[in-house]
Amino acid sequence: MIRDITIGQYYPADSAVHKLDPRVKLFATLIYIIALFVFRGIAGFAVITAALAAAVHISKVPLSYMVKGLKAIVILLFITGIFNLLFTPGDVVYWSMGPFKLTDTGIQNAVLMVVRLIYLILGTSLMTLTTTPNQLTDGLEKALGPLNRIHVPVHVIAMMMSIALRFIPILIEETDKIMKAQMARGADFESGNLLQKAKNMIPLLIPLFVSAFRRADDLAMAMEARCYTGGAGRTKMKPLRYNRRDAVTYLCILVFLALVVVCRVFLP
Amino acid sequence: MGIIKASKLVHEFIRRDEEGNVESITTALDQVDLDVKEGQFIAILGHNGSGKSTLAKHINALLAPTEGSLWVDGMDVQKEENVIPVRKTAGMVFQNPDNQIIASVVEEDVGFGPENIGVPTDEIWQRVEKSLAAVGMTKYRNHSPNKLSGGQKQRVAIAGVMAMEPKCIVFDEPTAMLDPNGRREVIRAAHELNREKGVTIILITHYMEEVVDAVYIYVMEKGKIIMDGTPRQIFARVEELKAHRLDVPQATLVADELRRAGLDIPAGILTRRELVEAILSVRESRRG
Repeated sequence: MIRDITIGQYYPADSAVHKLDPRVKLFATLIYIIALFVFRGIAGFAVITAALAAAVHISKVPLSYMVKGLKAIVILLFITGIFNLLFTPGDVVYWSMGPFKLTDTGIQNAVLMVVRLIYLILGTSLMTLTTTPNQLTDGLEKALGPLNRIHVPVHVIAMMMSIALRFIPILIEETDKIMKAQMARGADFESGNLLQKAKNMIPLLIPLFVSAFRRADDLAMAMEARCYTGGAGRTKMKPLRYNRRDAVTYLCILVFLALVVVCRVFLP
Repeated sequence: MGIIKASKLVHEFIRRDEEGNVESITTALDQVDLDVKEGQFIAILGHNGSGKSTLAKHINALLAPTEGSLWVDGMDVQKEENVIPVRKTAGMVFQNPDNQIIASVVEEDVGFGPENIGVPTDEIWQRVEKSLAAVGMTKYRNHSPNKLSGGQKQRVAIAGVMAMEPKCIVFDEPTAMLDPNGRREVIRAAHELNREKGVTIILITHYMEEVVDAVYIYVMEKGKIIMDGTPRQIFARVEELKAHRLDVPQATLVADELRRAGLDIPAGILTRRELVEAILSVRESRRG
């Protein structure tokens, strides 16, 4: 189940998108999300679709692989669709029963919301699929660097993120191990109602937390032993440097945003 | 003076209750004297709770002594300004391979130490290259540490310490969580570093087989050093080791039993080859 989720996983490939500076990709994702929420009309939608299709094509990530990532949000999509469909008031009512009614605005909204969500997931997962977690945290650290001046510990936050990402697979494996060990001792994680199930998780969560704290302690010691003293005075093995590709991409992103805005303002 | 010198080192773990009253005192190190020369490969043996890990953490300035003194490369570890230089001089490899790898790519983890001590980018790459080659892990440089075996992870950890170019590396039970193959890999890597780069190695372990190639052995129990000497001297005292519930290498044990059964075999046999030769020479002398 956990392994099916492709959001947040890295898809190794040799493409221009993979080689982009993570800061560019973060910026692009931000603009993309903004565009998704300001666009209006078929023209704007076409611009966004074209941009997404182009990015996916250049990235060499197979579309089928990305669509698999949508499985995780099928239920969310379904609920969003149904609610928008049945509860939106509108001018033309096609059908109604009690509090439920089917209207023209409702249909429009439902389609729009579902498409928006799908595009949101596709776009953001494209970023995580083409950027290693380390690049991502490096990019965040560098991009948010100016916040250091108002005493936001940017380096520490980035370090915590990258360590968290490193330990996710280890902790998943551990959860699996503890689960099996507790099942061998007669623990039951399957039956009962929701409350019962939550209660049954206790023998899983407590050992997991204990072990996580122990690991954290060990790791802190190992980091200290290797002279880690925080961000000050640190050099970088892989410093981030912009090159021409990044500049061109920045330009493309701005053109894209301008197009979406133009479509919203001037076209119906 | 050697690279690591301890004199009358004492460390006490003090437990306090909520009001801050002393509940109990555990003496983890009790008047420990240690003298390691540069370029030596020495081993510290002992059971769990014998104080050997506590001693290791002192050498890296992760713990400070309660009493006594410890110098690493002439630097007093108790001085605050010496902490970072001491850690640069004496690196440390820990027991659990998963809990000491920080980055999610092998080469980035090896670069972590040099990044911390402010090595310029170009030189970090050179050091990473050299360290990975030294432990034979160059092939895996772009892998995720999660996909490696235990022995490989420990070798990455060793490379990570190597990249900081320490004069001395303390191995704190590096093989306790590994299978026999991984154990051999790690011990071999440690010996190679010692032989080829002249790095002083302090190997802490409770596996007797791993220490037979050391130059000098310290045996610890209850925070005290109870025996010290060359492997041959130590393993000649089979009875004494048994009394402390410590194993001896299998070959040594067999040799000891044979000697007690009346065969003329010298004390302090360490390896299978030596045992075979001793038995053969006994046969020769009987014929002759």
